[in-house]
Amino acid sequence: MPFLNIVNHPNSSHRNPAQNLYELLSSMRFAISLLTVLAIASIIGTVLKQNEPYPNYIMQFGQFWFQTFEMLGLYDVYHSSWFLTILAFLILSTSLCIYRNTPLMLREMRSFREHATENSLRAFSHQAEYTTSLPADTLTHRLGKYLLGQGFRAKLGAPGESGDILIAAKSGSYHRIGYLLTHTAIVVICLGGLIDGNIPLKAQQLLGWKKIETRDIPEREVSAASRLSPANLSFRGGVTIPEGAGADVIFINIADGYLVQDLPFDIMLKKFRVEHYPTGQPKSFESDITLIDKATKESVSRTISVNHPLVYKGIAIYQASFGDGGTRLSMKGWNLFSPTDQPFDMKGAVKQDTKLSNGGATYTVEFTEFRKFNIENFAGEDGGTSAMDNLNKFFQTGSTKRAQKDLRNVGPSFQYKIRDAQGQAREYFNYMLPIQFEDRWYLLSGMRMAPNEPFRYIRFPLDRQSNIDGFMRLRAVLLDKQTHPEIARHFAEFALQGEKTDPALRAKLVDSTIRILDVFASGGYEAMAKLIEKSVPAAEQDKVAQTYLKILESSTLSAWRIAQSRIGQPVVMDEITQGFVRDSLNSVSDLFSYGAPVYLQLAEFDEVMASGLQLTRSPGKNIVYGGSALLVLGVFFMFYIRERRVWLLVQPRLGTVLFATSTNRKTMDFEQEFNRHKTHLIVLLKE
Amino acid sequence: MELTEKTLDYNARTSLLKSLSWFDWLYALVLAGGSIYAFQLYGNYMDAYEKGILFLAAAGMIWQGWFWKPFRVLLLAVAILSLFGISQYHGQLARAEQTFFLKFFFGSQTAIMWMSALFVLATASYWFALLTRSGFTARVSSAITWSAVVMGLVGLMTRWYESYLISPDVGHIPISNLYEVFILFSILTAMMYLYYELRYQNRQLGAFVLLVISAAVGFLLWYTFDRQAHEIQPLVPALQSYWMKIHVPANFIGYGAFALAAMVGVAYLLASKGILTTRLPAPELLDDLMYKSIAIGFALFTIATILGAMWAAEAWGGYWSWDPKETWALIVWLNYAAWLHLRLVKGLRGPLLAWWAVIGLFVTVFAFLGVNMFLSGLHSYGTL
Ligand code: HEM
Repeated sequence: MPFLNIVNHPNSSHRNPAQNLYELLSSMRFAISLLTVLAIASIIGTVLKQNEPYPNYIMQFGQFWFQTFEMLGLYDVYHSSWFLTILAFLILSTSLCIYRNTPLMLREMRSFREHATENSLRAFSHQAEYTTSLPADTLTHRLGKYLLGQGFRAKLGAPGESGDILIAAKSGSYHRIGYLLTHTAIVVICLGGLIDGNIPLKAQQLLGWKKIETRDIPEREVSAASRLSPANLSFRGGVTIPEGAGADVIFINIADGYLVQDLPFDIMLKKFRVEHYPTGQPKSFESDITLIDKATKESVSRTISVNHPLVYKGIAIYQASFGDGGTRLSMKGWNLFSPTDQPFDMKGAVKQDTKLSNGGATYTVEFTEFRKFNIENFAGEDGGTSAMDNLNKFFQTGSTKRAQKDLRNVGPSFQYKIRDAQGQAREYFNYMLPIQFEDRWYLLSGMRMAPNEPFRYIRFPLDRQSNIDGFMRLRAVLLDKQTHPEIARHFAEFALQGEKTDPALRAKLVDSTIRILDVFASGGYEAMAKLIEKSVPAAEQDKVAQTYLKILESSTLSAWRIAQSRIGQPVVMDEITQGFVRDSLNSVSDLFSYGAPVYLQLAEFDEVMASGLQLTRSPGKNIVYGGSALLVLGVFFMFYIRERRVWLLVQPRLGTVLFATSTNRKTMDFEQEFNRHKTHLIVLLKE
Repeated sequence: MELTEKTLDYNARTSLLKSLSWFDWLYALVLAGGSIYAFQLYGNYMDAYEKGILFLAAAGMIWQGWFWKPFRVLLLAVAILSLFGISQYHGQLARAEQTFFLKFFFGSQTAIMWMSALFVLATASYWFALLTRSGFTARVSSAITWSAVVMGLVGLMTRWYESYLISPDVGHIPISNLYEVFILFSILTAMMYLYYELRYQNRQLGAFVLLVISAAVGFLLWYTFDRQAHEIQPLVPALQSYWMKIHVPANFIGYGAFALAAMVGVAYLLASKGILTTRLPAPELLDDLMYKSIAIGFALFTIATILGAMWAAEAWGGYWSWDPKETWALIVWLNYAAWLHLRLVKGLRGPLLAWWAVIGLFVTVFAFLGVNMFLSGLHSYGTL
């Protein structure tokens, strides 16, 4: 690499500091170091999740590290000042490198090096010498023809003092353009990227002209200091618009807050559509939007979808996400605290709150989400279906069942939080339609205490009419202590049917049944398990548990008869009824940890979707694309155009021809080519 | 005085066009005819870009076949077998399990299993050839690798067809998820290897390159049997774009080339430590091959990343979002850029670069698998 040697061996002792700095900045060592730092910084940015809400980071790292990381700008590495500084240095360094190398390269490209001396040629690693008896002009003609035929450009030197004639040839000079193209491309791409980065915004923030808004306030109230004018050169932000509504701003999320970007037009969302494949996966997301230009009043209506944005006056509008725009919900509320068999009607809308009072306590129901489709995996749901399994849950810890896949579309669902007066909230997730498990149908309701937990599901069994009402009636009877004696008597009668038993035994059975029912009604299986653990020796716990369960189940059958007889319905005693009763017991027990005063059963909905749009203006895009084109072109030039030079020194005086060749990329092809030329030359130099 | 051809009136170079045989022209004719026929059949369902891709792909394959002759035979074989396979379906997906030829050869799943088996067999065979210095076995190994490539491509073709049989709106080119791209990766890596095998007249490296392909096949089988990943899934909206058809193949030529370079690097390191030295090609050849495949990988990876950025600009609204996948692509790119600088600018050679190429593969694998497994972002199509 002769030309590099020229620049890379400066005699630094004679240079002043400015020149040394220039040397350093334009050196490849420096560039490679910058690239390494850039790569490491990029890795940090992928490992540490970027642009999360700040509370998440505080939870993850604790206050001290949170602040340290914030100071280092690690939550938004790629827009941090230091990262941008490295980029700026990379641009500077690469530009200097180009500035420094280009003149040399161009000179190299043009030059045939026809002034090479015999001595310098003899110093080449790839050279050979031939003797020949051909006359000089035949030789130069033949050799020249040969070189041109091999794709070289050649120059014939004037005969020297000794009569020597040098043919200097070269090929693939454009290789050098490759360097120019790739490195210019890097500069261009980085510049384009910086234009689209938030440099001007950062500057304005630093100067205190713009302030990030961190409060959750209506958009109209956001102050001018946190707003960006439509003239803003480059931005990228989003807005969510419900169907039938519009917007003329977008929000740009920065650090722990946002800025409001005013748009030069209004966007109205007429309709948002999701289409699904038969398997339930989403097939398309589309928004019918209308833009109305604020200045010209021009209006444009279009449907946008993923991969098909609308570009209007340099602003591109993308389908980015979707959500609920306030779906209206009608529900049946089942009071769980004072069990009744009648529901009350309730109305609500997603993203709105509804107050609920139960006696003295008031609750807020916050409807958070509605989904029309749900693909759920129900295989491997925690817990078996048998009562013993359920009871066992409280004796042992965690079950380790392998998760399997059983994906089904189970229809609509909605989600809400119930917040008590103290502000404590639990979250619920209810399916609208019943779901089948092992030929029995259930309504499912999931509950969780914290957003990062999975939902735990309660299954309400359906009665023969496929309603939840039967379960609610049974539950009302079962939890009503006043009816326990009646249930117990009914059960005893049934259990001892046909036997002539002594009344004392019967009374004992009635008593213990009442006791079991009372305990169950006070806390489900958990209460029963506690009682058994406390009052029964360990060795007999299992047996007693079995007996209690049998009594509980059978007496619940009686309770079911009583519940049904109150509405004048007969009870068919069969597998179905038994299953229903067992399931009901499980649900009743589970409801003790449900923690809500009501179960809200979705009766009807009127879906209103919202479309999440992303809007960008990125003037740097075309610069980046242009740079990319240069980059690709340059890479191919560098890799696939090989620069080679050949010198043939004809020395008529000695009857010899000296052949020397060089390249700036020593590859095997070059060796092969060298050998090929050698054999060709032998033939050419013969008579 | 600069010499010009005019003054000398002589041209010894044979241009590519003049060197073409009748078979080359036949091949070109078949491809041109085939693409026109496909256009007439399906043109109504394509957008302008897809039409462009169809014809450019045909032109590209003609050029590829002229440039690398065995490619012509490969392509014709794949075309004939795939068309035969497709003719056996009679438009019914179920026939994949019933008809003899589909069930045992050309049904997509079967063909892919054939590919897997053949690649593993070829690996063993290449090793046998290497250890026993058997030239005949080495030639057999090449033949097995060629058949594996054929079966893999046929499998992809019939899979493509099958996806349309499931339902026209489900149909899509089979390079859309991790399962499919692993097949693509195996095929492309093998093809690049076979190209260099012919070019360097050297079959010893198959033992190494086929190892990485076998590893990919191992993953593929695990993914099939443990996760049922072979089921054809419809495309999520973000993937429904012509960009996928160019971005993904470009990427996987890049990955394949990097994998090839890494395995050559392994061979280089072993040879430099005196292991298998006499059985392996000379270090200069290994070094050269390593450079060539990193160069082609770098070029294609550059293109792929740019195409990815352009796609991102259309799908997500930003050509660069510093999403983990993008960022790791950049890291991979910077890594190989540094490799190339060291080799070409500093003139570095030897074990350091070989080690670097091997480590480069780990970085690449992380970008391609690890990101999906450990980091979350916009590119969450191929989760494990
Ligand atoms: C992101 C930054 C950079 C990238 C991606 C990059 C990429 C490349 C690539 C791919 C080559 C090809 C190797 C070849 O075939 O010649 C190359 C060569 C080269 N690079 Fe860089 N480069 C970068 C920055 C720099 C900088 C800052 C310098 C300044 C000293 C530099 C100096 C060179 C030189 C002198 C060559 C050799 C050119 C030749 O001999 O033809 N590079 N670069």
